[in-house]
Amino acid sequence: MLSEYLPVLLHIVVAIGFAVSALLVSVLLGKSGRTNRTKDTAYECGMVPQGEAQPRFSVKFYLVAMLFILFDLEIVFMYPWAVVYRETIGADKTILWSMLSFVSILMVGYVYALKKGALDWKN
Amino acid sequence: MDYFLIGTSLAKIAGLLAVVLGIMNYSVYAERRISALIQDRLGPNRVGPAGLLQPIADAFKFLLKEDFTPGHVNKFYYWLAPCLAMIPAIATLAVVPFGSTLFGVPMVIADINVGVLYVFAIASLGVYGIVLAGWSSNSKYPFLGGIRSSSQMISYELSLGLAVIPIFLVAGQLRLTSIVRFQIEHGWMIAPFIGDWTNIGKWLLAVPMLVSFLVFTIAIFAETNRLPFDLPEAETELVGGYHTEYGSMKFGLFFLGEYIAMITGSAIIVTLFLGGWHLPLPSWHGGFHWAVVNGSAPGWRGIIGGIFNIACFFAKVAALLFIFIWVRWSLPRFRYDQLMRLGWVFFFEIALVNIFVVAVIVAYISK
Amino acid sequence: MPPFLFWFFALMTLGFGAGVIINRSPIGSALSLVLSFIGLSTLFLSLNAYFISVIQVLVYAGAVMVLFLFIIMLLDLRAEERRKINVVAFAGGAAVALALFVQVYRIIGALGAARQAFPPLRSGNTDDVRRVGLLLFANYNLPFQIVGVLVLVATIGVIVLSKRELR
Repeated sequence: MLSEYLPVLLHIVVAIGFAVSALLVSVLLGKSGRTNRTKDTAYECGMVPQGEAQPRFSVKFYLVAMLFILFDLEIVFMYPWAVVYRETIGADKTILWSMLSFVSILMVGYVYALKKGALDWKN
Repeated sequence: MDYFLIGTSLAKIAGLLAVVLGIMNYSVYAERRISALIQDRLGPNRVGPAGLLQPIADAFKFLLKEDFTPGHVNKFYYWLAPCLAMIPAIATLAVVPFGSTLFGVPMVIADINVGVLYVFAIASLGVYGIVLAGWSSNSKYPFLGGIRSSSQMISYELSLGLAVIPIFLVAGQLRLTSIVRFQIEHGWMIAPFIGDWTNIGKWLLAVPMLVSFLVFTIAIFAETNRLPFDLPEAETELVGGYHTEYGSMKFGLFFLGEYIAMITGSAIIVTLFLGGWHLPLPSWHGGFHWAVVNGSAPGWRGIIGGIFNIACFFAKVAALLFIFIWVRWSLPRFRYDQLMRLGWVFFFEIALVNIFVVAVIVAYISK
Repeated sequence: MPPFLFWFFALMTLGFGAGVIINRSPIGSALSLVLSFIGLSTLFLSLNAYFISVIQVLVYAGAVMVLFLFIIMLLDLRAEERRKINVVAFAGGAAVALALFVQVYRIIGALGAARQAFPPLRSGNTDDVRRVGLLLFANYNLPFQIVGVLVLVATIGVIVLSKRELR
């Protein structure tokens, strides 16, 4: 069983090798031009860069990331559920209701987020 | 150590990578030609016959450009980011079955029992490349592009994860080769016309499967930052988005990584919903039935069968790539609030309801 | 898992785990954390816990992403890198860590079970996703629902804490 994962390791090593060697070849073959001060400034459509390079941004991006983790957890629980669903449902319907109640509990939070406008980006 | 396993794996990895890189190069060419066709232009047609050598010229241009690192960036992470964008795109291919067998060797690099989860896990690492690129560039446009992109990708990952659950409800396996085998026996997920196709329950299941397929495909569009979801690099507002400050092969890795992610995404769609490498052929041996071609036949027929399966798989992937390109040049871009609403409200709810529709059908109707 | 792979991934887990603390830049710490988790997931793999191993990457990669945004948004990175090492605090921390290590070492050394070799893993074709599913929905149904309530509390907490910007 574990030996099934050896090719995955090989594949990832090859992928890393490919990315690194592409960059390496580019460094070796690329011509280097002259440098000057304007070449080293950030690109802002030809204007002189203004203000902070990394402006503050809305807390909503952070909120979305947090909500993502919470709902991702819910989805993770659904995979083992889906895998065993077919073989257990014939004998006992509990498995359907148990997942339905789990999701309903989480949907309370989802509806709360919607009503609070946590997922509304309009303003 | 199993040297046979290592040898065949390396051979398969090399072969798959060669094919995928070829498709990647020519999908860039196809994109340019098809967009030209749609917009009534000519497109690249100078290098070689009908411009067919253009991708090779482009590759050399990437390599020969000045490899410039601007002075205001955070050097280490600036170099790390393109690698992080490319590696997950290639690494997800490891579990996709791209053929039946050839010379008795299964045409999948790693047949693991958590196949789909592996794909999601590795794909979720792809966000880091983009966020790091945006952050390390120390510049406004890349920064905004990176932040936007991370939010978009994680939002659509939810729909992606929910949309595949109906498949596992029906197939009862996470292993991708088992899902392909299930589809060979019972018909493709969205079109179960083989096997016991007169079974009403099966066709009833095909309806929510179609919904799943649409949600999944659209979420893949968003995950690969393709139009109509290409807000991270919306050129009218953000110049180039997270890769504004990049040039030469470092930009190339972002650009090509996006195409490889597109190919990987198509490959996953094909495997999950469109029967993988399977193509039913009509056969008349004592009455009509669907014949399964695979590489298990003895001698040269097995070899031809195996190659035929691989060709089928990549033909399906190419067809999906064409749709990717077609959509890009047909639809306008979403606004950011529309995009987030679509992901979090519309697709999320549809996918969730869809799961329970399938669950009820499996429980009460289709035994 | 061949021993050299085990040692490689164990060292990777520990090395990057140390990197989380040692790194001066918070971004470097967060990335080390991801790599440490990836090493940890391969260690789970060697225990035939495939599901846990892949979930480790899937969930924690997302979780660290949030940490990332947190760093970019809220911390002043330059100030973070400029901060000097306080020698007294450093020595104190090292002493506490050492004391803890010695304590754990002594306790484990005193256990009888620690001196025996681990029984070998039950080999065979175990589909662990299926097993997790069967156990979860047969024996642990109530804890599963309670997890749901916990996640709900967290969801509401997140929204309440960032409420000032919302309606």
